[in-house]
Amino acid sequence: MSAVEHPEPRRDIRERFGFLRRSYAMLVKEFIQLRRDRVSFAMIVMLPVMQLMLFGYAINTTPHHLPSAVLLQEDSDLARSVLKALENTKYFRFLYEVHDVDDFDNLLKSGKVLFGVEIPRGFERAVRRGDRPALLVAADATDPVAASAALGSLGMVVQTALAHDLYIGEPPEMPFEIRAHARYNPAANSSLNIVPGLVGTILTMTMLIFTALSVTREVERGTMESLLSMPIRPVEVMFGKIVPYVLVGFVQAFLIIGIGVGLFGVPVLGNLVLLALLSTLFITTNLSIGYTISTLVQNQLQAMQMSMMFFLPSILLSGFMFPFAGMPAWARYLGECLPLTHYLRIVRAIMLKGATMENLRFDTLALAGLMLLAMTIAVTRFRRTLD
Amino acid sequence: MSNGNGNGIAIDVKGLTKSFGGREVVHDLSMQVKRGSIYGFLGPNGSGKTTTIRILCGLLTPDSGEGTCLGYDIRRDAEKIKRQVGYMTQRFSLYQDLSVRENLEFVARLYGLADARGAARDMIKRLGLSGREEQLAGELSGGWKQRLALGACTLPNPQLLLLDEPTAGVDPKARRDFWNEIHALAAEGLTVLVSTHYMDEAERCHEIAYIAYGYLLAHGTVEDVIAKSALTTYTVTGEDLNDLGAALTGKPGIDMVAPFGTSLHVSGRDVPALEASIAPWREKSGLNWQKSSPSLEDVFIELMGRSKDNFQ
Repeated sequence: MSAVEHPEPRRDIRERFGFLRRSYAMLVKEFIQLRRDRVSFAMIVMLPVMQLMLFGYAINTTPHHLPSAVLLQEDSDLARSVLKALENTKYFRFLYEVHDVDDFDNLLKSGKVLFGVEIPRGFERAVRRGDRPALLVAADATDPVAASAALGSLGMVVQTALAHDLYIGEPPEMPFEIRAHARYNPAANSSLNIVPGLVGTILTMTMLIFTALSVTREVERGTMESLLSMPIRPVEVMFGKIVPYVLVGFVQAFLIIGIGVGLFGVPVLGNLVLLALLSTLFITTNLSIGYTISTLVQNQLQAMQMSMMFFLPSILLSGFMFPFAGMPAWARYLGECLPLTHYLRIVRAIMLKGATMENLRFDTLALAGLMLLAMTIAVTRFRRTLD
Repeated sequence: MSNGNGNGIAIDVKGLTKSFGGREVVHDLSMQVKRGSIYGFLGPNGSGKTTTIRILCGLLTPDSGEGTCLGYDIRRDAEKIKRQVGYMTQRFSLYQDLSVRENLEFVARLYGLADARGAARDMIKRLGLSGREEQLAGELSGGWKQRLALGACTLPNPQLLLLDEPTAGVDPKARRDFWNEIHALAAEGLTVLVSTHYMDEAERCHEIAYIAYGYLLAHGTVEDVIAKSALTTYTVTGEDLNDLGAALTGKPGIDMVAPFGTSLHVSGRDVPALEASIAPWREKSGLNWQKSSPSLEDVFIELMGRSKDNFQ
């Protein structure tokens, strides 16, 4: 290098808008790095699409042809009609016909069947007399989703099917009582509830991981040392690292909701702008939490582990997997501390119930509060020195 | 441009001490560096050079001690110091997945240069990296990486450069170019503190300091340091130098025996004792003895050996 010709160095250093300027420098850098990391870049699109397809179809698909057994204590025409009607609902497929209660119990216990239908002795006679006898349907509790969908549709379908066998014209009321015995009592989650829920779950996972690695990556690659020796403040580092991913999260949310509407027929009854705004708030909250994790841990492995520690309760306690109201009080309190809990309420309310800002004030404030808390911890925890 | 104290001192620290996990890495270190000078920082690995440099640029807070860097208090004004100091880390610490231009623009924007793109472009030209501006920093060779790193820390026009072993693992040609650049920068008024293991580099510094096990053992110009060592050195050439070296090691008055290519350096501070010890070999045929002044390396190796006895 020739040390002779030195173009006059530009000495003009601006102090105004320093905060914005330095955050912007950081942001541009993060964007370039993200663009260059092809795997991460592909994940932005692939992750939500794949998860939505997998979970959306896996969870949403109405259970069909569930293996079932029948305990037949009476061989009558009516009993046969009821069974036929049940089979016609496509929920049940009768694999076993037994006449002994013990055999019936064993089939359920061994898991060979998920459902058992018991037709009691004197069923037909009781129906004809108008006694409304009970038709017992026992469901295996271990598969609550399958059970609830099948049980939920029993009444109407059987009634319609039987109408043709028993009466001419509409029967005045159900000629017998269907008594469902399910040890698990699921919330009234319709399949439509799941896609909006997935928006929140997928966003939680991807946002958390993107930022959880951001600071530790700089430390592990050795770039933190020189970053710290430059005049940038913790808050500026944080904004620079969070803002690019807000856009990424926005793209993901758009993808998921788009697929949900287009492919799964989920309605968006509420205001799209409100949904976009509150989704952005939720995305930022998760990014802040991920960034906080990043400032707390020593290396990328710990960052991943801690993200998982946050992610699992989010899925289990937010009301995504189990009904929120069904949880014990302590679990509900814990759930209230998770952004996903609030976002699930928001996204379900806007998409499915057409809720407005008035209805969502509490959850919005909760999200904003959690975001500020995470950011405060992150900024105070960010080490400005190597001590 | 002089900030704070205009007395021509860039770094003025007293009694710096720093421990990590109960182990004292820097012990009661005091030093002064004149503005516009190149100050060499020498010492074995783990001697506390990096720690001292990090304290100077505000990356570490000293346990005790005080001082100023460019007139700013090293404890209170770390943020102000950071604006005026370019720190080149030992390990390449630019973004490997950013191109040459992007790295420089990032630095320029962070420091708020009026025209970040223009500043980066000028620096690329100055570094001789034209045509490579879109290459990823991680794909550059070792020498180019060092040059880029130096460019990145001089970009915001600092008054003080702290270079931590900038030429480690770089070929001799690139090292020479690098030092030419450092001298050019010093000629422009920049103060440069540079740590190194290379004696030839030490000799290109205006002043040097030798630090071992956290203690600053010697400082001054190269001549000062050699003179203050009070070391007398005999250079022996001839046959069977290995045997001679083995025989002399540990004899009274002989502080150090070190082979240098085809010669052997025998040094000691106690001249009568040294001469008594080597007397039996002085007249031996096939050996040629010559009294010479010690090299900087002799001085440092002797200091290192002595400090090891004292501190470990």
